[in-house]
Amino acid sequence: MTDTDHYEASVREKRAETVAEFHEDRSSPLSRLQHALHVTPALVPLIVLLASIVIFGLLLGSRFFSPFALTLILQQVQIVGIVAAAQSLVILTAGIDLSVGAIMVLSSVVMGQFTFRYGIPAPIAVLCGLTVGTACGFVNGWLVSVMRLPPFIVTLGSWQIFLATNYLYSANETIRAQEIEAAAPILQIFGAKFQIGGAVFTVGVVFMIALILVLGWVLRHTAWGRHVYAVGDDAEAAQLSGVNVKRTLVSVYMLSGLICAFAGWALIGRIGSVSPTSGYDANIESITAVVIGGISLFGGRGSIMGSLFGALIVGVFSLGLRLLGADAQWTYFFIGVLIIAAVAVDQWIRKVSA
Amino acid sequence: MSIEQKREPILKGRNLVKRYGKVVALDHCDFDLYPGEILAVIGDNGAGKSTLIKALSGAVTPDDGEVSLEGRQVHFHSPNDARHAGIETVYQQLAMSPALSIADNMFMGRELRKPGFRGKWLRQLDRPAMEQFARQKLNDLGLMTIQNINQAVETLSGGQRQGVAVARAAAFGSKVIILDEPTAALGVKESRRVLELILDVKSRGIPIILISHNMPHVFEVADRIHVHRLGKRLCVIDPKNHSMSDAVAYMTGAKEPEDEFEAA
Repeated sequence: MTDTDHYEASVREKRAETVAEFHEDRSSPLSRLQHALHVTPALVPLIVLLASIVIFGLLLGSRFFSPFALTLILQQVQIVGIVAAAQSLVILTAGIDLSVGAIMVLSSVVMGQFTFRYGIPAPIAVLCGLTVGTACGFVNGWLVSVMRLPPFIVTLGSWQIFLATNYLYSANETIRAQEIEAAAPILQIFGAKFQIGGAVFTVGVVFMIALILVLGWVLRHTAWGRHVYAVGDDAEAAQLSGVNVKRTLVSVYMLSGLICAFAGWALIGRIGSVSPTSGYDANIESITAVVIGGISLFGGRGSIMGSLFGALIVGVFSLGLRLLGADAQWTYFFIGVLIIAAVAVDQWIRKVSA
Repeated sequence: MSIEQKREPILKGRNLVKRYGKVVALDHCDFDLYPGEILAVIGDNGAGKSTLIKALSGAVTPDDGEVSLEGRQVHFHSPNDARHAGIETVYQQLAMSPALSIADNMFMGRELRKPGFRGKWLRQLDRPAMEQFARQKLNDLGLMTIQNINQAVETLSGGQRQGVAVARAAAFGSKVIILDEPTAALGVKESRRVLELILDVKSRGIPIILISHNMPHVFEVADRIHVHRLGKRLCVIDPKNHSMSDAVAYMTGAKEPEDEFEAA
């Protein structure tokens, strides 16, 4: 090297830099809070959930703050909670699944019609329903990952297709609760109730909580779970790091479809009958729960526990406001506020101090 | 150079061709990397450097020509193939997931699982082992005083991220490490640190391919310089015998290389 190249000599001699040092300077309580939220994104919805329970508890007393009422909320959100778990997986990959409600209803109709129209034993019909849900998820996943179509458009289309298939196949027929109870009680198993003290639980509620816990563990402690986050964070970077992005995406949509089919099974338990017109708004409700739960719509951030909290917050608001005698529109009003607040918090968390 | 040419190249490309529609990105290009050296690849924008590097790292499959590693012909269809063969690439965009931790990023795509039932059937990751390994590798490269290996990568500075990316490559790249513009986005001090890292990796005996636009950096660390022009290797020069302006002149076509340095 020639003499003119020693322009960096001063830097080289003065080795005061600590470039690769990993120190954490927490300057203010606010940045500390930001850091905590960054590490534990489900913290905000948990705080909101607890605060809203306390507030409604103070306003309504034992009418609200009783084991019965609180577990009633769990029963009311079980379907949305299960679907929100499926939605969370998809949204973590920076996708969105508008067809979750349609997959759920289609699966429940398949379970019911297979049993009653063709006389297939109910457990096998249930398996068929679960398979149909998984297959629907596969179609979405294949279109998103292999055909590289935007998830919003794919599921906007498949939502219509699955829902139309559901109406055409079921011929708009409802299978009545009494018939199911007599001939195929296994279809209603998610509705089975048991009591602990004043608290009333259903199999569906237990399933929802177990599902969230299992998925939370899988996302955190398996390579597949880490890949889901990596794909949502930056699909190209994940690909270059050696993640099979296509396979991860297809598996996520398939699992989402399977979970929706379970939600369809739980739906039969919840409403008793098999109705092709039920649960039509599960897609919007699940997205609401996920967003309020602090999972970023841009992918790669958030925890699945958050979406359970999100679903519960919606449940607490709707029951609390109803018991207060408020117009049902107030529920939507506050949910709307919460959605916007949740997204604002997400944007703030993303601005991590370097 | 005569000494080097007696040795067998560890990574060799012959007659590589890659076309994108009507654009010929690689035009019967040759390439040689010898054991233990730092080979810089320089060239003007659009000269086909990136395509050459992608062909060697498996990100693109050449239309024609062959690549051999340690004398054996290899066919890479994805970066994973090259990685399994022992070629690690640090991409310019670093290929990291910002929201995930340092340890997660280092093991992305090749996670360790716990032994026994929990690893085999529950497929649980062996986090303690991964964290310890990541810490060890960062310490090896002098990226000291890491307090929190579970820190999200996005909370690191540019130099720290580059350090983690190089450490990842050095940890797993058993045969060749490719660095694409490792100092492009860094400040002076951080660049200096990364150059030291590069020399450190070289001292472990792993050959490095360094793609860079920064002539002072190239001339400082490279043993040989591959000048790429119009989709092929124009010449290979020794930084000790050439000036930076020579190199720039060759790569822009302002000056023709003398025959004695022509290696193609």
